Amino acid sequence: MPSFVITEKCDGCKAQDKTACQYICPNDLMVLNRDLMKAYNQEPDQCWECYNCVKICPQQAIEIRAYQDFAPLGGSVIPMRGSDSIMWTIKFRNGSLKRFKFPIRLTPEGHLGDDPYKGLPEPDFSKLKSSGFFNNPARTE
Amino acid sequence: MEKETCTFSFCAKPEIVEVETDLLLIGGGMACCGAAFEAARWAAPKGIKVTMVDKAATDRSGAVAMGLSAINTYIGENKVADYVKYVRGDLMGIIREDIVYDLGRHVDNSVHLFEEWGLPIWKKADDGFSLDGFQARDAGKALLKDGGVPVRSGKWQIMINGESYKVIVAEAAKAALEYNRKATGVAQNLYERVFIVKLLKDVNDPKRVAAAVGISVRENKVYIFKAKAMINAAGGAVNVFRPRSVREGQGRAWYPVWNSGSGYALGMQVGAELTMMENRFVPARFKDGYGPVGAWFLFFKAKATNALGEDYCVTWMEDTKKLYSPYAEKLGTAIRNHMMMLDMKAGKGPILMNTHTAMAELATKMDAKRIKHLEAEAWEDFLDMAIGQAGLWACKNIEPDKTPSEIMPTEPYLLGSHAGCAGFWVSGPGDIPGAPAEWNWGYNRMSTIKGLFMAGDVVGASGHKFSSGSHAEGRIAAKAALALILDEPNFKPTIKETADQIAAELYLPYEVYEKYKTYSTDTSVNPHYIKPSMLQARLQKIADEYFGGISTWYMTSKTMLEEGLKQLEMLKEDAAKMAAKDLHELMRCWENYHRILSVEAHARHILFREETRYPGYYYRGDFLAINDKDWKCFTNSVYDSEKLSWEFKKVPYVQIIPD
Repeated sequence: MPSFVITEKCDGCKAQDKTACQYICPNDLMVLNRDLMKAYNQEPDQCWECYNCVKICPQQAIEIRAYQDFAPLGGSVIPMRGSDSIMWTIKFRNGSLKRFKFPIRLTPEGHLGDDPYKGLPEPDFSKLKSSGFFNNPARTE
Repeated sequence: MEKETCTFSFCAKPEIVEVETDLLLIGGGMACCGAAFEAARWAAPKGIKVTMVDKAATDRSGAVAMGLSAINTYIGENKVADYVKYVRGDLMGIIREDIVYDLGRHVDNSVHLFEEWGLPIWKKADDGFSLDGFQARDAGKALLKDGGVPVRSGKWQIMINGESYKVIVAEAAKAALEYNRKATGVAQNLYERVFIVKLLKDVNDPKRVAAAVGISVRENKVYIFKAKAMINAAGGAVNVFRPRSVREGQGRAWYPVWNSGSGYALGMQVGAELTMMENRFVPARFKDGYGPVGAWFLFFKAKATNALGEDYCVTWMEDTKKLYSPYAEKLGTAIRNHMMMLDMKAGKGPILMNTHTAMAELATKMDAKRIKHLEAEAWEDFLDMAIGQAGLWACKNIEPDKTPSEIMPTEPYLLGSHAGCAGFWVSGPGDIPGAPAEWNWGYNRMSTIKGLFMAGDVVGASGHKFSSGSHAEGRIAAKAALALILDEPNFKPTIKETADQIAAELYLPYEVYEKYKTYSTDTSVNPHYIKPSMLQARLQKIADEYFGGISTWYMTSKTMLEEGLKQLEMLKEDAAKMAAKDLHELMRCWENYHRILSVEAHARHILFREETRYPGYYYRGDFLAINDKDWKCFTNSVYDSEKLSWEFKKVPYVQIIPD
């Protein structure tokens, strides 16, 4: 379903030059109404339900209401994304609940520092026009 | 119709930003993230500048933006030659085996990097059950590169905890770009929220690309990137056919809704040769939510049947062999679709994925704790990559261990990295024994336009690379592009168009809107222009009704294609009157223009190939059978964007890997 913004919770990301949801939406859907200082989804029928705005919102102000052209009302899927795992709460139309927790990464964000090639070999320019990558030859069989 | 021009009499003139770089990466998805990582390493000692331009935020852009629950191409313990056979079988016998082999011998290193960067990959426990990324780490299981054993869902697929897959891969790409920025001293080399509209040829060499021009989606700025080489990895085409959803659900496309055919349009407009653009992908997925079925079929061993419990792949096999042998027997994706559709047309639907019986069967071998883990695995499959499907199950009170779910063939998609192979004709690696000499023109993955490399969804005749293969292909292309740049250090990209001409062309929809917006009391209904949403709606209707969409059960023919192309011509003319009220709509206008060009290529290729090569994806009613005698070949075309003309030819297929 398309994302929607809960009026009471959204603070327009205060003094930032753009909101977190505006920054992240892969389809450029989220915009800030500067008069109200509230964000909204400007094209709900172009929303992929990727949940990136939901996951990034610092106020947990964004949720997803399932596409009404095929989904009945009443269900919801709410994530809580942490630094190494994500918790999901699924509420069914009949009220029953399921909770799941999954790993999302095994390294801390920023683990590469300023050298993403640490421990990897220098490129060998004599192999620039052969198969293989700078750090690994192509496999042969 | 009167021609509209932009003189900035009505809309504000944008600031022009000119960027001179050496290697330009167009797109920020898996392929260009791979390209950035490989290129920056080779570039640093030579002082070569690498620049990436992404229409979104790279942390969550491209086809992996939501995440994935599996990596579908990992060769591991298998043989690369067997990978080629699998891809060939699924794509009905016609692929570029040199390119697919090349991909297969490189892909695993990208997967190993993902794991080192922190992607959790499931591992097989000592008792044969699966461990998620945390459990595997806590159990001291080795990394894949050190001999760790992944959990295979199918022969080529491995299971992951992939919610942050793109974030992890983007982090390495961004670090690589920053490494290059420091090495070259440029102020900026990652441009997010800049949408490339078109490529421009070099003024001194009409067969060479020189620049990419686009708009900022955030500021009144037009960008001109001049580069010695470029990698186009701007993705496939989604929502080009009328989708099954009628209103807001059309955002829930199976492939990302933001893949707007830019990858195809950018190459087409400078005359890069296309191949196999008739190929499309029609995935059979969970109905409406389009959740993935791969793990259900392969990992949970679920069976799909019709509503009467019959297996359509048994019922219709003899009938299917009559037109499509020897391909029918291989039971590729297209053939399984075909037989499912026969059952649906016979009124034996709905087609059901029997999740409940599969889970009951698995549960017989498990204790309560393992059953709980199994249930979580089933939900994670959706929550990692098609969250909307989990929402739909919640809304419909569907629990997979209790009730089956409907599956359904979707609307058609154009892409070249999944189970499809529409794209450009590119140079192969040149060192695969048996590949014709003319399949290599010096630089791996370079198109027929010098300096313009392709990767990911837009490389033709080589599907089934998926996320990992796209990343590896970006790296292959980047390395080859670096070789070209170093071979010709004195090349200076030069364009004939002035900055003002470029700005006027790109901002025309803005000018048109501002010029006419007060003519009517409602800006959405105005005879002087067409808004991007209506441009897309008309394209989808034409494609659907004439080019074999859902409303004709994927059926078309010469007469239908020719009528549809007439209507498409008029839509293309109308695109000169696109209107945009803001920068967001300006991007939407050009995205939909890219969709139109992609669909035109698709339709003309279907018209050229007089057979039904891909039953279950589309049918030529006038040539209903597969015809290996005349059509076991590549179909290549070149579009002339000035004369608006097309040239087609057959290119012989060459089998390199024996059966």
